[in-house]
Amino acid sequence: MLACCLAQASTAIAQTAPGDSGAIPVQTIAQPPPPNPATNVKAEDAPNDGGGSVRVTWTASPDDGAGRKNVASYNILRAVSSPTGAGAIDTVGSATAGNTEFTDGHTKDGVPYIYIVEALSSVPSPEGAPVMVAVRSEPTGVAYSKGQWFHMRRLNALIMVIIVCGAILYFIQQASSGKELFIRKIAGLDAVDEAVGRATEMGRKIFYIPGTQDMDEVQTLAGITILGRVAKVAAEYEASLEVPVSRSLVMVTCREVVKEAYLNAGRPEAYNDSMVYYLTDDQFGYAAGIDGLVMRDKPSTLFFMGAFYAESLILAETGNSIGAIQIAGTAMPAQLPFFVAACDYTLIGEELFAASAYLSKEPKLLGSLKGQDLGKAIILLAILVGIVMTSFGAISMGTSDLDKLGNYNIGQWFEVQ
Amino acid sequence: MRREIPTAIAFFVGIICIIQFFIPHRPFGTLVDVFSDWFGIVAAFAIWLGALNLLKVSLERSFSKKKTHDRWYGLVVAASFFLIFIIGMFMSGGDQFQVPGSRFDYLYVNIYTPLSSTMFALLAFFVASASYRAFRARSWEATLLLIAAFFVMLGRAPIGDQLTGFMPEGYRLSEVANWIMTYPQVAGQRAIMIGIALGVASASLRLILGLERSYLGGE
Repeated sequence: MLACCLAQASTAIAQTAPGDSGAIPVQTIAQPPPPNPATNVKAEDAPNDGGGSVRVTWTASPDDGAGRKNVASYNILRAVSSPTGAGAIDTVGSATAGNTEFTDGHTKDGVPYIYIVEALSSVPSPEGAPVMVAVRSEPTGVAYSKGQWFHMRRLNALIMVIIVCGAILYFIQQASSGKELFIRKIAGLDAVDEAVGRATEMGRKIFYIPGTQDMDEVQTLAGITILGRVAKVAAEYEASLEVPVSRSLVMVTCREVVKEAYLNAGRPEAYNDSMVYYLTDDQFGYAAGIDGLVMRDKPSTLFFMGAFYAESLILAETGNSIGAIQIAGTAMPAQLPFFVAACDYTLIGEELFAASAYLSKEPKLLGSLKGQDLGKAIILLAILVGIVMTSFGAISMGTSDLDKLGNYNIGQWFEVQ
Repeated sequence: MRREIPTAIAFFVGIICIIQFFIPHRPFGTLVDVFSDWFGIVAAFAIWLGALNLLKVSLERSFSKKKTHDRWYGLVVAASFFLIFIIGMFMSGGDQFQVPGSRFDYLYVNIYTPLSSTMFALLAFFVASASYRAFRARSWEATLLLIAAFFVMLGRAPIGDQLTGFMPEGYRLSEVANWIMTYPQVAGQRAIMIGIALGVASASLRLILGLERSYLGGE
């Protein structure tokens, strides 16, 4: 009964006003010829989601980009299936010509739906004004949406996470049991004591800039971790430290860290809340504020540790212009060249995250660095394997065109010709 | 308990964030959005902490006995703070303060935006001075950088192809520049990105497991 109703609907050719694509057929016309309908329409639960969506696929109408070339777009119609027949047909979305897939993201899990794809064509009417002609496909079978318990396309990520985290945990355990671990020298972190000592000798301030992002950014956390070490050394050397920040939560956290560092250094009386202060959340307002402070106070040392965007060079060049010793660290690849050009030392990417382990020499933290290195070795090996396979692919295919090789299905390479 | 409770919260939230990446099913798939909303709410309330701190520091500088330039800057900040606050809250039509034509919008468009653009524009001059320093051939790395930059900059300008128009296809400056940007540059950048990704994973694991607690103060 249901299939019969929808089949009747699917053969209807509708003439509707432009923009009224979901309306019910009102007039059957003979001329000009309508486009052929989309075929092979299928509906299935959208994979790898939390439910609430159905994916509709179809084979494009023969007139979509070919034949009469008159398919302008597709409407996707949906009806709820029930034992007594289909419910009302609603338009749930549209796709431009050339597309063969649509995801209906507004379904209820467990409800049976049926879909129809309607090919639309704009044709002139006998009166001359353009009208939309719609041709419906055969209806799909019943489809339900449901949530998945595992994102299959992330299986490779899960395997990599298990390997890397396993390696990190293994080396942490090794380090805890007293095994000596070698960590290469990081010049930027070795220079912290020297930079703080210089400020003390010159009787000038140290400015510590923990980036422009909030506490939900892991680079900010890494920057604050290094702040603890810098503050402790500054307290021991009796240097003057200032931490202008651009986020309220960062201000509160930095205060706790600096306070604790001064306490650990045995100089709690030297700490006061005004050492850490808020300037503004605004990116360039913050840069202007720091630049003003730098030009007026002429600090001897500047630390830039955290996430930075376009303000990185504005800050670092201003510091450079007053001859301050500058140590920067960020994991923003686009800003690294600016810091390298303008600062004395730069912690590049991963070195920023390694800083806490490097500075504290805590075995457990050092162990995590070794695990990280193993992860790098695995990726390096995978890259080498990829290079070898691509090279063999190039030889066997007789082309060095990487674009062609990139599109080449590696599965085909192993097929017996 | 001052450290244990935040560490437990970090562990719980961190584990949930990892799980939801692999399990899209409810409730895991939606929990991260909930946590993100909570963070937004906490951060919104915390703005007051920052704003009041800014006002306090500025007023302290303004009325400080030290006769420095800072006192005038402090005064300007405090006056601007009150001006934008009063106009935004009481003289711009209540919750319609952002509507074009309101007094708040007038200040935003005519004062804030030009000031912000001016700071951004300074970047052009800083890029020039930083490039000059970076490209001085003091070491072989800097010389390499200088040569690469020479080819890329010339290759990206029309004059590059005019100068090398006689060369066979594939060897003209624009093509050399594209090759440098597509292969050596991308390879270097990807190496840094891989290091960063592993660094983030390692740092996150340390935070989730509570091995790294210095952000809570001390240790």
